[in-house]
Amino acid sequence: MSDTTQQTLVNGTNEAQTAESPVDLAERIAALEERIAELEERVPEDKVTIVVFSGELDRVLAAFIIASGAVALGQEVSMFFTFWGLNALRKKRIIDGKSLPEKMMSLMTPASTQQMGVSKMNFFGVGSRMLRYMMAQKNVESIEGLIDLCQEMGVRMVSCEMSRDVMGIRQDELRDEIEVGGVATYLADALRSRVTLFI
Amino acid sequence: MTTVVADQTLDVQGLNCPMPLLKARQAIMKMEVGQVLKVLSTDRGSIKDFQGWAQSARNVELVGQGEESGPDGKKLYVHYVKRTK
Repeated sequence: MSDTTQQTLVNGTNEAQTAESPVDLAERIAALEERIAELEERVPEDKVTIVVFSGELDRVLAAFIIASGAVALGQEVSMFFTFWGLNALRKKRIIDGKSLPEKMMSLMTPASTQQMGVSKMNFFGVGSRMLRYMMAQKNVESIEGLIDLCQEMGVRMVSCEMSRDVMGIRQDELRDEIEVGGVATYLADALRSRVTLFI
Repeated sequence: MTTVVADQTLDVQGLNCPMPLLKARQAIMKMEVGQVLKVLSTDRGSIKDFQGWAQSARNVELVGQGEESGPDGKKLYVHYVKRTK
């Protein structure tokens, strides 16, 4: 296309726009604004959402390293703890007042991150202790330190009510300031997130 | 090596991923917009980590990166991060 035709085209559109009545223009702007607002609602935010399903030291560690890193990168982070992952939030074990299967479950699951095994080569806890030793040697932050740090930095932590109830874990066995939620709590956040992980 | 003047220096020698990044973020959030933080790290992964940080976060800019050898002969990774917002 030559320069002259482009020039006339530009002039043409300008004329068409100026010819439009102010009322039409205002209407068009209002319609556009509405569409932009609609679009903005669908654009992902600077958010990261993580489902922590596993309850092994190495996997939970990975989840918290990603969570803390994401906060450092200016992301809003939500973590959802379900099934074995709930053990990562436990601070103590309560046996009293639980049914027999709940008591058994309670005794067979870690009462805190301190008691967590590793997902490979655990050998009844030896592997876990070895990993902790090796991490300390290499100056890697402990899982307990990372969880505290994440909580301090404002990572949102939500415990899944249904799986907590099924596993017989009481809310007061978990850390303080843990929110309670369900699948929609996770999805509402995940749908607005740039990244969502299942660990 | 870039000649950047740092307003503050953060020493995270010996710390591993993700701590250098977290400490740097904590430090820079306490600084003023336009100021530069110099970070001394022994973590080799911090080179890429700081690049990723500057790329994703909207309030920092990586104004320089380099390697130095520390007093004990250890390799030091140096990052200059500027707070932009």
